[in-house]
Amino acid sequence: MTTFSHADVPLWAAVVGSAFLLLGAGLTLIGAFGLVRLQSFYERIHAPTLGTSWGMGGMILGSIIIFTSASARPVLHEILIGVFVTVTTPVTLMMLGRAALYRDRSELNPGVPPETPDDSFATAMVERKEAPSHSEQEVVSQRP
Amino acid sequence: MKRYFPYPVLTGCLALMWLLLAGFTRGQFVLAVLVSLAAPHALKALGEESATVKRWLLIPGFLGVVLVDIIRSNISVVWILLSGDHRPRNSNFITMPMKLKSPTGLATLAVVLTSTPGTAWLDYNSTRGELLIHVFDIVDEKQWIEQITKRYEEPLREIFE
Repeated sequence: MTTFSHADVPLWAAVVGSAFLLLGAGLTLIGAFGLVRLQSFYERIHAPTLGTSWGMGGMILGSIIIFTSASARPVLHEILIGVFVTVTTPVTLMMLGRAALYRDRSELNPGVPPETPDDSFATAMVERKEAPSHSEQEVVSQRP
Repeated sequence: MKRYFPYPVLTGCLALMWLLLAGFTRGQFVLAVLVSLAAPHALKALGEESATVKRWLLIPGFLGVVLVDIIRSNISVVWILLSGDHRPRNSNFITMPMKLKSPTGLATLAVVLTSTPGTAWLDYNSTRGELLIHVFDIVDEKQWIEQITKRYEEPLREIFE
């Protein structure tokens, strides 16, 4: 790995790269600002995605432009950061979202869609009622 | 063939990742090939089914649509956050039917919906084929459902099913 000095970066790359960096940082800041300001959990979930989509994208593009122009070869490994952030964000978001949904449903909070009954579970219950199991019949016959 | 390359896409991605991180030299290329041939066999032990892509040619177009939509929704969410609460905003849940069944397709849709600020994937019921999402600013619910179906679900079904 070679080291860079700021003198290696041409002016155009410094300007364009910094613009992308500021764009990304600005979007992430606005997202953080929204996270604080919005009221409900489900609204808040949307604000930080600014940082994980184009906030991150802008910073990565800025980094690629500056380091590629400073060294002789293309520097592209930042793309991996983008890929991994994009692919792993849904995992945490779904976990948080479903936990909130579960809590709101069990606390019967208003404004949350009710849980739709699961068809497979419903049919399984119907089948059980139609054909009572052996042990249940025994319990019934033992009663006086 | 399948025995030696259980996950061809993963093999390619791993090799590319190795080269991006370690540098494109001849020695690293040999290492990348060795690692990317051996590592997928560890995943095989988990019994994951390999994703089947039916139509590769549709992927670039789909990625283009997604990229444009992410930029557009970034702008609209930033606009809403900065302009404050002058306009009443309708932030609510949408339950929509989902015909897409392929696990890879659903995972891709989850990534797309999450990366798009303004939509969040919350719950999916595979028995009923129902998807529950939360939308930051609903102007017209029918239009939202139609847009997700037309722009994402249908291309994904063509690609993966």
